[in-house]
Amino acid sequence: MRSVLPVLTVLLAILVIWYAAAVRLNSAWTYDQAARAEAEVTFGEVVKDAMVQERPVLPAPHQVAAGLWDGFAGQAITSKKSLVYHGWVTLSATMVGFLIGTLGGILLAVGIVHNKAMDLSVMPWAIASQTIPILAIAPMVIVVLASVGVTGLLPKAVISAYLSFFPVVVGMVKGLRSPDQMMLDQLRTYSASKGQTFWKLRLPASVPYLFTSLKVSVAASLVGAIVGELPAGASAGLGARLLSGSYYGQTIQIWSALFAAALLAAGLVMIVGMIERRTLVRMGMRT
Amino acid sequence: MKDTMNQDTPVIEARGLNLTFDTADGAVHALKDVNLTIGKGEFVSFIGPSGCGKTTFLRCIAALETPTSGTLTVNGMTPDQARMARAYGYVFQAAGLYPWRTIAGNIRLPLEIMGFDRAEQAARVERVLDLVDLNGFGGKFPWQLSGGMQQRASIARALAFDADILLMDEPFGALDEIVRDRLNEELLKLWARTGKTIGFVTHSIPEAVYLSTKIVVMSPRPGRITDVIESPLPKERPLDIRDSREFIEIAHRVREGLRAGHGDEV
Repeated sequence: MRSVLPVLTVLLAILVIWYAAAVRLNSAWTYDQAARAEAEVTFGEVVKDAMVQERPVLPAPHQVAAGLWDGFAGQAITSKKSLVYHGWVTLSATMVGFLIGTLGGILLAVGIVHNKAMDLSVMPWAIASQTIPILAIAPMVIVVLASVGVTGLLPKAVISAYLSFFPVVVGMVKGLRSPDQMMLDQLRTYSASKGQTFWKLRLPASVPYLFTSLKVSVAASLVGAIVGELPAGASAGLGARLLSGSYYGQTIQIWSALFAAALLAAGLVMIVGMIERRTLVRMGMRT
Repeated sequence: MKDTMNQDTPVIEARGLNLTFDTADGAVHALKDVNLTIGKGEFVSFIGPSGCGKTTFLRCIAALETPTSGTLTVNGMTPDQARMARAYGYVFQAAGLYPWRTIAGNIRLPLEIMGFDRAEQAARVERVLDLVDLNGFGGKFPWQLSGGMQQRASIARALAFDADILLMDEPFGALDEIVRDRLNEELLKLWARTGKTIGFVTHSIPEAVYLSTKIVVMSPRPGRITDVIESPLPKERPLDIRDSREFIEIAHRVREGLRAGHGDEV
């Protein structure tokens, strides 16, 4: 309970700064209009106007909140204006991408840990893959996959997986290598096979590392899915919502979609965190 | 095989054993011309300063290191064959229990790997838990136990598959003296009850003298044996035997041996 006050203070500070910035940024338009009408405006009128503009440079917090509320609750969830609809489109691509990225990342890590050649050859490529801007590669993925007839959810999932596999590889390589020499020696005295060493020691030892990675990669998956929606001119998904908002100068729509994406990301990370706690408790570890 | 083995057949025999490690600073002679015979049911301590090769020798017996030259047999086999035949259990300095397994689960680990069936696993876990006096703790996780209890669990794990030889590498080195005393006493009882052959690495003179029927004094650079002392102490050893004249005399001889080994170096 003692943390409530500081958290609220920070939240309040953000809101104050946000409102101040909204007044400052949106005032230009008001002054402009007034000058054209050759009228005088008071500061009070400027503030009042800055809160209710239809296409503000920076929407005020309550406008974004209203936009979010309308997006989530004000529309039928099948409507093209519904954030639930767009969120679901993005979420489904995110989940598929997350699944592909996680499985691929784990398999790569297993290969890297068990094979010297893979250790030397795969890791540099994995690192290089992450230095390429995703925005540059996303259109190519979509075009290439479309040319072989793959469209819709899968290309987005591939881009999503491209971003999410990397944290999993890094975390799992560290996790699979976390058992110390003594523990490996001990298994050797039991004449344990490589497979037994993997299933009984390396894999369970890597679980805490895996979950740390999954929290990063699930958020990256979402970013990937949204980026995957941008270049395709997709009509559905949070990315499409962002894009159409920017085409038509609908800043409230953009900010609403942004916050919807942020809420989705927070929810996903929280779910992974919950599964992590349950798993580690079941594995007898203190958390 | 156990029955056909003659009482006089050495359990562990090293002849002219050498081991050199190639390191960045040149070759390190970890073991030089080591000759040692360990008979069935003996409790042998290896004592010496760090770098004297006592742990390395134990690791050679366990086939964790490969000697450069010389012969080493365990139950008449090569160390590798002996390992496959489950000739020994190895207890490391740290308990090394898996935090995600219960105590029973940890003891079951070697049994699972060696392919014992479930009923047999459960029976053996119960038996060795009893042997190390940890009944009722099978369902606990390692972090719920004290350091001394964890080490007892790791001894139970090494006993679970009925190896005749128990190799222990400073198993109580990380524990405080009071716990160590108690565990030493329990280890002697365990040894008396099971008749195992025990190889025990330590750097504590009282511990070596209290536990052993044979004390192997070693010295470093190159790692070698400088003295082998057959202890005249009786098998039955209460803790206060450490105040007896005999005990103090043996301890003195061990100390002399260690000092002589150091003298060579200067």
